[in-house]
Amino acid sequence: MTQAAAVSITGLSKRFERGDVLALDRIDLDVQPGEFVSLIGPSGCGKSTLLRIIGDLIRPTDGDVLVNGKSAHQARLDRDYGIVFQDAVLYDWRTVAKNIALPLEMAGWGRRRRESRVQEMLDLVELSGFQKHHPWQLSGGMQQRVSIARALSFSPPLLLMDEPFGALDEMTRERMNNELLRIWQETLSTVVFVTHSIAESVFLSTRVAVMSARPGRIAGIVAIDLPQPRGPDTREHPHFAELITQVRRLLRKGHALDAPEEDETPLYVAEEGL
Amino acid sequence: MSVVAPVPRGTLGARVGRSAIDWIPPAMVLVLGILLWEGLVRGLDVQRFLLPAPSAILDTLREERDLLWSAGIYTFTEALGGWVIGSALGVLSAIVLARFRSLGRALMPFAIAANAVPIIAFAPITNQWFGPLEKTSKMAIAAILVFFPVMVNTLRGLTSVRPQSIELMRSYAAGEIETLRRVRIPNSLPFLFSALKVATVLAMIGAVVGEYFLSSQEALGFQIRNSAALFQFELAWAAITVASVLGILFYSAVALVERRALRWHPSSRSE
Repeated sequence: MTQAAAVSITGLSKRFERGDVLALDRIDLDVQPGEFVSLIGPSGCGKSTLLRIIGDLIRPTDGDVLVNGKSAHQARLDRDYGIVFQDAVLYDWRTVAKNIALPLEMAGWGRRRRESRVQEMLDLVELSGFQKHHPWQLSGGMQQRVSIARALSFSPPLLLMDEPFGALDEMTRERMNNELLRIWQETLSTVVFVTHSIAESVFLSTRVAVMSARPGRIAGIVAIDLPQPRGPDTREHPHFAELITQVRRLLRKGHALDAPEEDETPLYVAEEGL
Repeated sequence: MSVVAPVPRGTLGARVGRSAIDWIPPAMVLVLGILLWEGLVRGLDVQRFLLPAPSAILDTLREERDLLWSAGIYTFTEALGGWVIGSALGVLSAIVLARFRSLGRALMPFAIAANAVPIIAFAPITNQWFGPLEKTSKMAIAAILVFFPVMVNTLRGLTSVRPQSIELMRSYAAGEIETLRRVRIPNSLPFLFSALKVATVLAMIGAVVGEYFLSSQEALGFQIRNSAALFQFELAWAAITVASVLGILFYSAVALVERRALRWHPSSRSE
């Protein structure tokens, strides 16, 4: 059985006209259906830009992006992906239920069908009973769960997440990580996940794509072969620390490749010496 | 899992009770102020053309209630008409300028400048354009007064949307119209309503001051000007009172609609 890759990126470059910055330089990346791929890298490496190009929210300068075998543009028009940002981006004038129902309304679902779907989603993110609340009545973690429920409500095959837990405290973040993995397994979706956190990327992903900055390149890809399903034990798995080291090394190497032009070079040499 | 308890909605009785307590201090200030005014006018024997006593104004209000009532209705119709026309044009222009941003950028400096112009100065001119004895001439000046703040505020509301809200709509393949309807317009409502409230005051000013220059004898502004000229100060003050009460009621009506329409707004959480 041949199935189109969920995301297929070849020779992708992005140059921002303003300031003439090469944000992404000849990126190649394939994500297979059902995979959970994290993009990790220093700030300014273009990982959020890459995610937005996959979602056709930004146009690439060069190269091809296919989503489910279609152009990224067509995939956006077909509503092939759901997106979650660092902020929940909920609309204050809508209740929790109405926020989750937003993409369903836009897809022309009938009211009955919408309501039962919203209930399912509330159960999925464990927010039953909060449907009539307004977003500002919820905590940050709960808001982000609503945002995830909204992104998944119309069952898109692909979920794009841009540092979704970056603004949460460590404990909420770990709980959200566990919930996300459970949802990922229940919904059989494909996830592309942007993060700053090495531990988070290793814990969640099937593969971690490590990026280097200015210009943004893929410094290497680490396959995370920790057993599924993952849970609290995963972090204590003997292999876990090793994988974290691998990702960290790639991050450092990515930075070192790039470093000669940067002022930070001596700093990193010093760190190596320690 | 952390659980935020649902915000309890106060019972009707509790709300009325609380609002009664909220109302007591300002009501006391009002009563004390009027008593002080009455006392000063009587005690210091202030000339009636300088300042009539509240009791004298109240007597005139009672005696001339038919005249004042019909004059009040007349002027309020003008203000309301001007408010509706000016607000509608303001909102429509804001939507057009939000859609065509370069046009908006070209016109915005003029709109803001117009906001700083004493537009009421044009009242004699609009009087002549639309007929000094016609209600339409006062509606015109009221509409112009209302137009600019409504337009500028609504445009600000339509365009001050977080970029990610727009990206989210794009991710759902939404077009301009749908983004306008589902994001920009709801986002602009708090801005729009604060402008609409200010606009009620401006519309009353436009109507009354427009009438000072030239108007039908039925108008409230005519009554104020005329009775002041004839040294009937109690009547002038009574007419001013009517204008004030109408203005306050107009403002409160819009504020009430605002509270219902913006129940979702975080600012309503204090209730």
